[in-house]
Formats: sequence, structure tokens, C-alpha cells
Amino acid sequence: MASGERASFKNPVVNWIDERLPVFTLMNKEYGVFPTPRNFNYFWNFGAIAMVMLVLMLVTGIVLAMHYTPHADHAFGSVERIMRDVNWGWMIRYLHMNGASFFFIAVYIHIFRGMYYGSYKKPRELLWIFGVLIFLLMMATAFMGYTLPWSQMGGWAATVITNLFSAIPLIGGPLVELLWGGFSVDNPTLNRFFALHYLLPFVIFAVVFLHVWALHITGSNNPLGIEPKGKQDTLPFHPYYTAKDTFGLSIFLILYLLVSFYAPNMFAHPDHFVEFNPMQTPPHIVPEWYFLPFYAILRAITFDIGIPFTEIVFIPAKLGGVIAMFGAVAMLFIMPWLDTHPVKSARFRPQYKLFLLLLVVDFLILGYVGMEPADAMLFGSIKLLYLGQLCTAYYFAYFIVILPWLSRTEKALPLPSSISEAVLNKHKAKPSPEAAA
Amino acid sequence: MSAQTTNSKTEDGETRRDFLYLTAGAFGAVGAGCFAWPFIDSLNPAADTLALATVEVNIAPIEPGQAITVVWQGKPVFIRHRTAEEIEEARSVDVATLRDKQTDEDRVEKPEWLVMVGICTHLGCVPLGQKTTQPKGDFGGWFCPCHGSHYDTAGRIRKGPAPKNLKVPPYKFTNDTTLLIG
Ligand code: HEM
Ligand code: FES
Repeated sequence: MASGERASFKNPVVNWIDERLPVFTLMNKEYGVFPTPRNFNYFWNFGAIAMVMLVLMLVTGIVLAMHYTPHADHAFGSVERIMRDVNWGWMIRYLHMNGASFFFIAVYIHIFRGMYYGSYKKPRELLWIFGVLIFLLMMATAFMGYTLPWSQMGGWAATVITNLFSAIPLIGGPLVELLWGGFSVDNPTLNRFFALHYLLPFVIFAVVFLHVWALHITGSNNPLGIEPKGKQDTLPFHPYYTAKDTFGLSIFLILYLLVSFYAPNMFAHPDHFVEFNPMQTPPHIVPEWYFLPFYAILRAITFDIGIPFTEIVFIPAKLGGVIAMFGAVAMLFIMPWLDTHPVKSARFRPQYKLFLLLLVVDFLILGYVGMEPADAMLFGSIKLLYLGQLCTAYYFAYFIVILPWLSRTEKALPLPSSISEAVLNKHKAKPSPEAAA
Repeated sequence: MSAQTTNSKTEDGETRRDFLYLTAGAFGAVGAGCFAWPFIDSLNPAADTLALATVEVNIAPIEPGQAITVVWQGKPVFIRHRTAEEIEEARSVDVATLRDKQTDEDRVEKPEWLVMVGICTHLGCVPLGQKTTQPKGDFGGWFCPCHGSHYDTAGRIRKGPAPKNLKVPPYKFTNDTTLLIG
């Protein structure tokens, strides 16, 4: 990054600094003239949106931390004080609370974009892996943040999730005590969760840096999934995509602020506003919405895996559920090696497109199943559990069976010879006003 | 580089330098582990947390059919004064049919007093059934609302995802009306 051609700047101060530390050259190279495919659609907004959400979470979080007390006896009260007495406290907390939800919305769309247009494929595998790592770190961060207000929902979410680790054979029990720093979720747990909740967003920031660095080595993918071949296929990032990103970001922020100000508890649950009582579990506990599909996968494994009709069990149900839940995320990590089809974009892969859209529906149904009580019924007669198991089966089948199978058999539609050709043909077919003029 | 100096090769191509790399690497790894251990172990329960290890309970006021919950090590402990029918029910079960095979006799010191950690062995919720108004599940004991585990009148798992019976903590009767847990 340090060496190489330096840009020249008119402003003498900028030039003086740039000669000594070429940050302006760097910014200009990576965000000014950076050649970017000319055919981005609005799905390409969500990376920038996620980045802005991360910064917003850092800013609101650091101010909240100045008023928050990480102690089992005071945490709930201190958050209530933020809501009632601290100047603007209600707003900052609601922005942080809903910011987490909107951050996940942006990241889920961003991940879908990557899957639809094949952005995980060669040469972007490592870039994709950094992305999945960010997603994993975000889940850990949000989970620990949710325990900080020391509410019934937060405290019991912490209890159930930390107990997942007790399923690990032999070391499970001691490991959970190590996580808790005691024999249940209590003050030592809250204290370390706060320390980690403060730390992890900065780790995320560092991984985002690597993610973007890797992006700027390979360049962006695009809706056609074919690589740019020359200048005619790209546009400089500024002003074309700075403008497009700002527009998309504005719409997204408007939605985020509408929810934060007019329906701030839309994603919340009443038991999140009752202080944690370790002696009493609320009748129906649910995780935050962004964890629901994974929670449904966890609960779908209700059977032991072993030799049928004998007492021999290799994987008890509880461990099986934990493996399935973590396995669901692991699938994303290995996706570049499961789908080896040479064509990237789903536009030219009708079968892949169909199965991927089915996966999206499947994921949404899993989210619904995760929200309902464990013994809920569908239409009053079928156990909802069966639907959860079916959807879990499809989720894994998609990655382990369908992707490798399609990689071998699917015949793709003909690809355009270049981005510029495809873009210009589109305008020939449907003459736009400026083309006519 | 030429290999004529001290870097003399053995028959299978290993050099003394390889050996030095390996031993240095091994010492480095052990050293890093030793350094990391105090930091990891500091996260384990501290001395004051461990000091909360016992609790004394007066069980005289608990009538047959009643149950109380006390706190031990930050966890709820269920103490149930069982009725004759409840004991009978727990003892009439064929142990071979259970998921976690334990007789009722293995789980109690005195048949009328059932003492257990009130934490579901699935994922740690507190089962319902201590109060008369709460659901007791299909087997008259406890019901965990989180993922639907049913426990019987001996606190044994009978239905649902939990793998084990409710845990019996170490305890003893110091006299007829006092129970020492821990
Ligand atoms: C990746 C970025 C972050 C995510 C996804 C995240 C998520 C969350 C969530 C879900 C909550 C619970 C909100 C509630 O229900 O009230 C929370 C609370 C909290 N977070 Fe964050 N957070 C992030 C960054 C930060 C940072 C950088 C700090 C600064 C130290 C911070 C400080 C706090 C504090 C003090 C609370 C407790 C007060 C409250 O509940 O509003 N967070 N966080
Ligand atoms: S925690 Fe009790 S059934 Fe899951």
C-alpha cells in the first residue's frame, strides 16, 4: 500500500501530507478512481449500508457505556435511568437497540446478494470467508449485548445459549462454568459479557478492513457475474457509486429512523423490560428475530443418533441440535467449494435460482418455527416441529446435495461477451428517453 | 546455500537445524500455553463464588404436598415434601423404560423429601411445578416450558428433549428439621 504511483493534489497542505504519508493517494485510488463494474443494481448498496450501521453502533454504544453499570444489582436500573433521566438517553438506546436489527437486515440482504450473484466463487473465496466471519462475530456481539440490560429475556437467552456448550462430551460442564465464572448466569457473567461486547465491535471493524482490502484486490462482482474486461466495462467509484450508495443509504436510514422513533419496540418482547430473575423462567422465551432460523434448527433435532433398535447412541439429541446449529453457519464457510459451477450469476442458472429462492423461503419458515413455542401446532393438527425438521433437512440438502449436484449437471444460459455489450444491448432493446434524444 | 558447513545432512535429509527448529517451536508452544493458563483460569469461579457453597434450610414448616425453592450457588434448589401417593407413583415405574435409568431410592435420602437442583438438564431453564397453580407435566412432577421436558415425581426425565434426570445436589439432614445443602 505504501509504495507505487502517487496522485498529485492541488491543495498544498494535502500534497505536503501526502508526500509524507500517502493517505490521500490511497483514498483516491480505493474510493475515488477505483474502477467499478458499471452495471451494479441496488443490491450493491448493502455493503456500504452495513458499514455505516457498524459505525452507528460504535457511536451509540460508546455513549451508552458511559451511563451503563455492568453489575447484576444495577444494570437493569442503569438502563432504566438511561431511558428516563439521561439527556437523550431514550433516543440513544433506541437507536442502538434497533440499530442491531437494521444492521442484521442489511447484512442478511448483503449475504443473499452474494449467494444470488455467485460472489463467493473464485477469486473471491477469502473475501467471502471474511464476510461469514463478520456475521459470526456480529451474532456473538449482539447476543452479549442483549444480556446487558439484565432483563428476563436477556438473562434467560444467556442461560440457554451458554448451556448449549454443556452438550460437548467430557469438557462441556467445566466449560460452561468457565464461561459463567460461577454456577449460573450471574454477576461475573454480566461483567465479562460487557467487556467482550465492548471489544468485539472493534474486532469486527478490523475484519471489515480485511474484507474490504480483499475486495479491492479482486474487484467487485456484478449482476452479470462476468469480470470486467477493460475501461468500457467500469466506472470510477466516485461520483457514480458514491452517489448511488448515498441514495440507497438514505432510504435505508429513513426506514431505520421511522422504526426507532415511531415503533421502537417493534422487534422487542415484553419480557425484555422485566428485570432478570434467575429463579423463574418466563413461560415462553424466544431469541432476537435474527437468530430465529438458527434456533429452529437447534430445536429440530429432537432424536438421538445411534444404531436403531439398540441402546447405542453416538450423538444424543441435545448435542445433535448444537452441531446442526453451528453446522448451519459452517455451510456458508465452505460454500465456495460446494458450488463449483463456473457460471456465477443466478441470472444464467435457472435451476440454481429456483433452489436458492426456495432456500430463502425455507429460511423464513424456519424463522417462523423458531418464534413459536416448542409444542406448537400447525392448523391445530400437525406438529410445527415436523415443519421445522423438514426445513432443516432442506437447508442442509441445499448445501450438501443440491449445490454439488447442480455444479455437475446444470447447463447455464449463454453469457454475454462483456458487461458493456450487455448494458448497451439492454438499451437498444428498450430505448430509454436519453437514448432517443 | 551449500550444505558443507555445520548443516550436515543425515541420510534421510534431516539437518541439525531442523531439530533446533522443532525443539524451539515445542518450547515456544509450551511457554505460550503456560502464559495463557492464568488468564483463562481467572475466568473460572472465583474464591468468593466458591465460598457460597453451602446453605442451611429449615424444613419444619413444609407440609406434605408442598414444595419450596431455595437458592444454592445462585441456582434454584427444589425441596418437595412428597405425599405417599407421589412416592408410590415414583417407585412403581419400571426403571428399564427410563431414559436416564435411576430408581427412586437412588435419588432420595428419606423418601418423603425430594431435593433437586431446579434446572432443566436440557438448556438450563427452571421447570414449572413448584407452586400448586403451575403445570406439573404429564407425570405429575415438573414441566419445563422452554422446550417441553416432562419430569416425574422423582424428578426423572420422562418426555421431551432433556437428556438427564434433574440433578440431586449433595445434601444431608443435620437433624430432623434441618437440611444442609452443599
Ligand atoms: C457490532 C456492533 C454492535 C451490536 C450488534 C450491538 C448490539 C447490542 C444489542 C442487541 C444490545 C441490547 C439492546 C437492548 O435490548 O437494550 C446492546 C446493548 C448495549 N451495547 Fe451494543 N452492540 C454493538 C456495539 C456496541 C459498542 C461498540 C458498544 C460500546 C461499548 C456497545 C455498548 C452497549 C451497551 C452499554 C449496551 C447496554 C445498554 C442497552 O441495553 O441499551 N455496543 N448492544
Ligand atoms: S431447557 Fe428445559 S426443555 Fe429445554
